[in-house]
Parts: sequence; structure tokens; C-alpha cells
Amino acid sequence: MAFPHRLDAPELPDFSMLKRLARDQLIYLLEQLPGKKDLFIEADLMSPLDRIANVSILKQHEVDKLYKVENKPVLSSNEQLCFLVRPRIKNMRYIASLVNADKVAGRTRKYKVIFSPQKFYACEMVLEEEGIYGDVSCDEWAFSLLPLDVDLLSMELPEFFRDYFLEGDQRWINTVAQALHLLSTLYGPFPNCYGIGRCAKMAYELWRKLEEEEDGETKGRRPEIGHIFLLDRDVDFVTALCSQVVYEGLVDDTFRIKCGSVDFGPEVTSSDKSLKVLLNAEDKVFHEIRNEHFSNVFGFLSQKARNLQAQYDRRRGMDIKQMKNFVSQELKGLKQEHRLLSLHIGACESIMKKKTKQDFQELIKTEHALLEGFNIRESTSYIEEHIDRQVSPIESLRLMCLLSITENGLIPKDYRSLKTQYLQSYGPEHLLTFSNLRRAGLLTEQGPGDTLTAVESKVSKLVTDKAAGKITDAFSSLAKRSNFRAISKKLNLIPRVDGEYDLKVPRDMAYVFSGAYVPLSCRIIEQVLERRSWQGLDEVVRLLNCGDFAFTDMTKEDKASSESLRLILVVFLGGCTFSEISALRFLGREKGYRFIFLTTAVTNSARLMEAMSEVKA
Amino acid sequence: MNRTKGDEEEYWNSSKFKAFTFDDEDDELSQLKESKRAVNSLRDFVDDDDDDDLERVSWTGEPVGSISWSIKETAGNSGLAHEGREQLKSRNSFSSYAQLPKPTSTYSLSSFFRGRTRPGSFQSLSDALSDTPAKSYAPELGRPKGEYRDYSNDWSPSDTVRRLRKGKVCSLERFRSLQDKLQLLEEAVSMHDGNVITAVLIFLKRTLSKEILFRELEVRQIALRHLIHFLKEIGDQKLLLDLFRFLDRTEELALSHYREHLNIQDPDKRKEFLKTCIGLPFSAEDSAHIQDHYTLLERQIIIEANDRHLESAGQTEIFRKHPRKASILNMPLVTTLFYSCFYHYTEAEGTFSSPINLKKTFKIPDKQYVLTALAARAKLRAWNDVDALFTTKNWLGYTKKRAPIGFHRVVEILHKNNAPVQILQEYVNLVEDVDTKLNLATKFKCHDVVIDTYRDLKDRQQLLAYRSKVDKGSAEEEKIDALLSSSQIRWKN
Repeated sequence: MAFPHRLDAPELPDFSMLKRLARDQLIYLLEQLPGKKDLFIEADLMSPLDRIANVSILKQHEVDKLYKVENKPVLSSNEQLCFLVRPRIKNMRYIASLVNADKVAGRTRKYKVIFSPQKFYACEMVLEEEGIYGDVSCDEWAFSLLPLDVDLLSMELPEFFRDYFLEGDQRWINTVAQALHLLSTLYGPFPNCYGIGRCAKMAYELWRKLEEEEDGETKGRRPEIGHIFLLDRDVDFVTALCSQVVYEGLVDDTFRIKCGSVDFGPEVTSSDKSLKVLLNAEDKVFHEIRNEHFSNVFGFLSQKARNLQAQYDRRRGMDIKQMKNFVSQELKGLKQEHRLLSLHIGACESIMKKKTKQDFQELIKTEHALLEGFNIRESTSYIEEHIDRQVSPIESLRLMCLLSITENGLIPKDYRSLKTQYLQSYGPEHLLTFSNLRRAGLLTEQGPGDTLTAVESKVSKLVTDKAAGKITDAFSSLAKRSNFRAISKKLNLIPRVDGEYDLKVPRDMAYVFSGAYVPLSCRIIEQVLERRSWQGLDEVVRLLNCGDFAFTDMTKEDKASSESLRLILVVFLGGCTFSEISALRFLGREKGYRFIFLTTAVTNSARLMEAMSEVKA
Repeated sequence: MNRTKGDEEEYWNSSKFKAFTFDDEDDELSQLKESKRAVNSLRDFVDDDDDDDLERVSWTGEPVGSISWSIKETAGNSGLAHEGREQLKSRNSFSSYAQLPKPTSTYSLSSFFRGRTRPGSFQSLSDALSDTPAKSYAPELGRPKGEYRDYSNDWSPSDTVRRLRKGKVCSLERFRSLQDKLQLLEEAVSMHDGNVITAVLIFLKRTLSKEILFRELEVRQIALRHLIHFLKEIGDQKLLLDLFRFLDRTEELALSHYREHLNIQDPDKRKEFLKTCIGLPFSAEDSAHIQDHYTLLERQIIIEANDRHLESAGQTEIFRKHPRKASILNMPLVTTLFYSCFYHYTEAEGTFSSPINLKKTFKIPDKQYVLTALAARAKLRAWNDVDALFTTKNWLGYTKKRAPIGFHRVVEILHKNNAPVQILQEYVNLVEDVDTKLNLATKFKCHDVVIDTYRDLKDRQQLLAYRSKVDKGSAEEEKIDALLSSSQIRWKN
């Protein structure tokens, strides 16, 4: 309905090739352990695996039984065991306990560990320490790009966010660089590169290094994608913390879209069983509503239902031949559409029910007040009441973070009292969660930041360049001020609205938040693409604390076709939300671009908060 | 690498190892040729090693060991060029090729790569992929030979780091002086690959005393963060705490110690552990929270033992009527308060399980207390208790209703717990704001309140409109009719 693509919109490259590549590589690895074997798969890898292979493919390559990697004794009697895991210490311990138990029992088997997307030295160290290094063979399955949709590639690495933005561990930067390298070998070099954020810059530099080492691979290739834009999640936490109101985002917030599919429970399917549904451009109904503001979706669906009814009705008055045609050609399509339509109507109803129950209107009002920076006291007591009533712990945390980032930290008095009440309502162990949030800069107290900045500059004067850089680095996590208010003003993130904002005919990207706020991340991308550089954005970059981490790199390539120059790959390091995707799709339609999204994982506010939570040990 | 050229030369000259002069700007072609020769010269060797008859096929579909294959292998991987050269020196050091997998199946992916419309791109891709099995077999086959090789030649720090990044086996043992070690670390950090940084740190941790390690990391924050994360992940709590102590990061030290309680399941042991946390150098504010955590668990253990006993004895009415759904252990304070308002409401302040005692011990704010008690008593439909909760006597002995949370909230909570209309009505009437009152009364069908309010507002029109919303022939309708026909009221409309 609303936004068809412009006729001159460039074609998207075919990313299904990535799936075939991953599948073939996995098969190759399985063949490395010839003969019958049992395969143990880590839970987090199951959905991605599902998207590229199926059991019969595994069976063809002599996989006998499939197990989930979990802390349970193994009942397998197979002589060969293969483990398909993420490179995590706990997996190594699990495998070690298994192998060592076999040793004690005097049993010899062959073991193979396939790390995806790569192995880590820390894992090998554990294997060595546990005395099984050499007893197991290790392989890597470099499966790091899963096309979830025609324009969305996910690395399916939600842990990237915590590992980098909380712990400061750069272990996934090489994975990102490798993924970018793969893309450039497949789809040609990227003539224009932009980026913002410390991680973005590092990933970019490492990627460049890879390209240099394997010089000549992409030379002479015509670029298919004209621009690449790398962006760190911490450049814009605000957008990720907001409640989503475009359909796809809302479905994600409500039901959790996992690896491009969603489990609709009985309340949606209006039957007694759950249904797993793939959500992508192939679902014709979904495709038309995914980017819509929720308030439009109902109207659209009922219109669609009426049309469908009319088409069914046509069969009245048909003669036999027409009827035959109808049954053989149209009926299947209509039935399919009918099924999808009823699913999405069910989902909408369920969303409505849930949102009414939790007083969504009030919540959105508070969020908008926070974004605009008025009625701070009122919002604070709203959050307080949320906490006192033990409404979801994640939701309360999210609102506190939103308050903190938009206000450059909480007033000490508020910080203390909200924290105390939070601990009383949801458990004292959340003390650790608060410490994490402070380290990540998501929830801070006003004041200390300023003094630290003073200390920092004093120290910098005393110590010369490099050492000072290191010390600055040490303070940076604490000293970073979000400056949201100033940035918002500079970039016009809060649209001035005369009268009602017509959500049916959006005029800017703010529609994804009911017209109240233009996502910061998307605005930055828009501005840079417009200028083809960071020129004139110095102040914004400074306010974002990214003075050293905003970069542009253009190669004078004449070979880039005008079509490719309207294709833009946006790389979100630390996750992107469906709202951001919708906003950029909108921008693309306005400007005649097409955006392609590469994210370490699709995220939303709840996932961000859970990643910071310390409770589930 | 941060050294200047001069530095580097000095370094190599001073090194007891023979300098390996590798120049990045070396003529690629000559390297390539050289390594090709090297690889070719090894073919007999490699083939000897291979006793199955199957043709070995790489991802590109070319037989493994063939020239075009090896060229691609070399071109795709600059590190291999050195190997080629080394292999000329010593026949023992062909390990990188001995590491090649022996595909026992003839399954080949060549079909996939053949007939491409864009051959240029696929060459590199297949190289990237065929690199994988080569390095992954390294641990199994390459170790003894690899060690030999690593002693016999010297990778510069930057080469070493590059090899590590590619996942190659690479001994770090030759980096023995502190200067070498630190240079290796800096090189890893400048490469940005966290996995390599950690690999180097594992080596440093093993070969340096912790004082030296800590001292050097203190001025290398990026590496330090990697070490901290690594220690957390492998659970080396002792070293982690030592590190925080050394860095004088007392709060992190305390939090890190405290975190351990999450792994202790047994409530008594957990309680004892929390006791050890009380004296730790938390911020003043957090110290109080830790103390509260300990006290709370201590209480919960007492309450739990007592109530489990009561419940199983089956003598107490409340437990028979409302069996407990879960244990109260490790629940948040507010949940504990709710529990105590539910099962122990009338207990004297002296007992640990009494709500008042909890309120005092943990300084629970009035608002929170009332909210929780209200929810608990309303759930039990104990309306008298609800009533008492909001009744205060002033000094003259008059009673007055007061709610620290606002009566509109009270009404909502009562409604959620299915309070009867008479009860709801009473509280709706206490809402001060007229609009809110009307809204709530309409929403919850408290007809009397609506009618009385419109009467007080002298709003004839609204009253008339409301008449259509009540049941025909009901008492409410009669009441409205009586009011409408009353001559006592001076309507405003």
C-alpha cells in the first residue's frame, strides 16, 4: 500500500548466495569427519542453521542423531561426536567433561569441534588445560552473514553488544572485518566509506588491512554497492531504548522475532497451537504493513480482508470452466493470503490487548516527554510508580536509562532513590546491573562525569600524547556525556508539528516514533550521505564524543554505476532495531536510495537491557 | 608497530636470533615464484604422506597440491610466502602443508564454483574458504613439527600477530624479554583484534609474574580490559581480585566478590557468604544495600522454615485456603512484604514475619508499604483491612481517610482484585479531582457516584445523558428521574 518503491530504485544484490556458501562450507566440514556421527548443536546456532540447511542435508552427510548442547549427560553411543558451537568457555568445559568422562570409562571416540564463526584462543587454552587438546579436532565455520531478508544481513551475534560496549572486548572486530571482506569480494569494492564510533573505526581499519593483504582480489571489480556506513550502537542509545510503534518493531517488542521468524501463540492463531511464522518480504501481507505505524495497520488489514472477500465472491456466477480456472490458479494464492491475513489480524488484536493492559498510551506519553525534555519531574515519578508496582523489571530499567541519557545523567538524589526502590522491587542482586549500566554509560549520575573530565584534562596536560590517550581512555567510559539535548537541537530531532502529524502520509523519519522523534542514528546517516562527508557536522561529532572516530574514505572510482551509487550498506555494530530499518527504508524511498542493513544482531530495548542484566548467572 | 625503522634495526641486531629480514615492500612476484618453487619441491613429500588414492580436491575444484591451487593458496595468504621460504631452508618445516585435510570423500564443491559469471570474485572467496581446513587441522597434526619450526625461525612481532589473527598455530615462546613481550602486546592492540590481544595476554600471564603483568597493563587500558574480561570468563576469581586490588579499584573488587553469591544455591551458605561481603569497600550507598540483602535473606530463611512447617502441619487456615505457590527465599523485598501482608498481616511487630517489622527494618516508604499491603489484602478480599489501611484518626478523635498513593490508584487496584461495587464506590468518592472521579465512576459503573456528582455539579444535560446508560427500571433510573423532576435543584443547563 502506502510506499511502493520508486521506479528508479536500484536493484538489490542477491544475498542468497551467502546462504549457499555457508551451507556448502558446513557440508565440507562435516565431511571432514567421515562416517556416522552425532551432532551437538548449541541452542543459539539452531535458528541460524535452520535458515540455511535442514535435517535431511545433515543426514545426507552422515549425521546420525542431533542433540542440543546443554549441561546434561550425553546418552550418545556413537563413535564420533561433532560439536557445532559458538566459541564460549562454558562450551569448552562441557566438551571437556564429556571427553574426560569417556576417558575414565576407557572409551575411545572421535571428537570434532566446529566453532562458528571462528575459534578463540581462550577456548583452545581451556581445551589444553582440561587435557583434551589433541583429543578433539577443531574447525571453524565462518558463517557470519545470514540474510534474514532481501535487505537485511545479520551476524546473529547478540553478545557483540555486551562484549564490546560493556566489557571492552574487541574479539568480534575481526569477525566483522572478515564479513566485510567477504562482502567486498562478492559484491565488489565500496567506493565510499563513512563511519562513526570507536569500534567502527577499528573494524574499518582491520578490514582495510585484510584487503591490503589479499591485494588485487577486488581490483577491477565493478562496485555493486556504492556506499558503506559503519555506526556504533553507543552513538545512539536513545533510539534503541524507545518503544517501537511501527508494525515490525512492535511485533518484535511484543513477541520477539528470532532469526527472522516469530512464534505466534494460541492467542494469535486462535487455535490451540503455536505457529512459527517467517517474517520477510515473501509474506505479501507482512511486506505491506511491516514499516507502517501501528495505527494504520488495522485499516489496511480490514481493507485487505474486504478485497479478499470480494475475490472469493467472484466465484459465484462462474461457469464450470471459469471455476476450474479459479480453483487451479487463484484459489491457492487466495487461501495463502487468507491465512496470512488472519495471522496478522490475530497478532494485532493480541498486541492491542497487551498494550491496553499495560497502559501503553501513558508510557508513550512519558517517553515523548523525556525525548523532548519537559515535565522531567512527572516522568520521574511515573518511573518510580512503575518500579513500586513491580511492573516488568526490564521496562523500568529501560525508562531509567532513557531518562539518564536524555538528561545527561540522573540527579544524585533521584539516582539514589530510584536505585533503592528498584533493588527493593526486583531484588538486591541488581546492584550488579546498575554497576554495568553505569560502566556502559547507559545509566549514570550527574556530577561525577564533570569532575572526571576536569581531572582528565589536568592529567592530559601533565602527560604527553600517547600516555594521555591511554588515561583518557580509562576515564572515557565514565566521563562521556550523552549531550542528547544539544544534539537533538542541532539535528532537529524533534519535529515541529503544526496540528496533527499525519501518520498515514509520513513526511519524515519521525513517523516511526509517532512523529515525535527522528531516530538519531538515521538522521546522522541522512546528513552524511547528503554531504558525502562529515563536513559541517563537526559540532555534532564532538557532542557525540566521536571527535577521533568519524571518518570518510572515498576512492575516485569512475566505474561505479549511478545505480550502485544509490545502494548503501549500513553496518550497525552492536545491533539495530526494526524502527531504524523502517526509518531508513522510508528515507530511501524519499531519496531514491536503497539501504541494505548489516547488523551484529537485530535488537530492541529489552534485549539491550537484558544484556546488561546480571541476574541470570 | 610503533618502533621507528632505526629502532627496529637496532632491535634485530641486538637480538640473539638471526634477523629475518622481511620487507613488506618486497617484490611480490619474486616471493610468489619462490614459494611456488618451494611448494612444488614439496609435492613428493606431501604425496608420500598421503596413502589414499582419492584425488584431493580443494574448494575450487582443483586438485590439492596442483600448481594453480598452490599459487592461489599463496596469493590468498601472504603469510604462506614465508613458509615457502622456510621450507626451502629446512625439509622438516613443511608442516603447513602436512596440515592439509585429507578429504576422504570425493564430494567436491567445485560444481558450485564452476561456471560463474564473475570468476574474479570467486577465486578469492574460495581461497578464503580453503584456508579454513588448513589452519584448523593445525592442532592435530602440526604441533610437534610446528614447535620445531617456531624455534628455528623468528617471526617479527607484527608477523606473529598477523599469523595469530589468521588462527595459525604460532609459538610465542621466543618472546622472552619484557621488551619483546610488550612489543608483541602493542602490536596486537594496534591490530584491534581482541582474540589476538587475549592470546598474547594468555602468554604474558603464563610467563610474567603478576606484579609485572599488572604494572604493565595499568598503562595499557585496552589490554587491561581484555584481561579482566578473560579472567571473568574463565572464572579466575582469585587473580581478578588481585588485579583489582593492585589497581586500587576497590569498588569493582567488592562487586566482583559479591557477584559470586549468585553461584551459591544453598540459602544458608549464601547467607554466610553475604555476611562476608558486608565489610567490603563498597560505596556508602551500596554498603547499605548489601547489608539489607544479608538481612533480607536471613529473615527469609526464618520465615520459610516456619511457614513450611505451618503449611505441612495443615492447622493454619490461611495456608490451607491459599497454599503457597513458591518459596519466599531469594525473593525481592517488595515480594516478601506482599507475602507477609498476605500470610502474616495481623502478627505483632515483634515477629520477623510481620509486615510492620519488615517496614521498619528496611525503611520501606509509606507509599510502597500501602501499595503492597493494599494489593495483598484486596487479593484476600479483606475489605476491613483495606478500610483500616486508609483510616487515620486526628487528635480530636475524628477519623479521616487518607491515601499516600492517591485514591485513584486505590480504586484501580481494588478493581483489579474484583472488589464489589459498594467498596469501589466508597473509594471512588474519595477521589478529589472531579473529572478523574467521574471517569473512574463511569468506567467501573459506580452509578450512585456518577449521579450524585452530576447533581452536585447541577449538570442536567449530563445526567439526562447518563440515564440512557443505566438499566431500564433500575433503582438508578428511578433516582435520576427523581432528581430530574426535583424542584429543589437549580440546574445550570
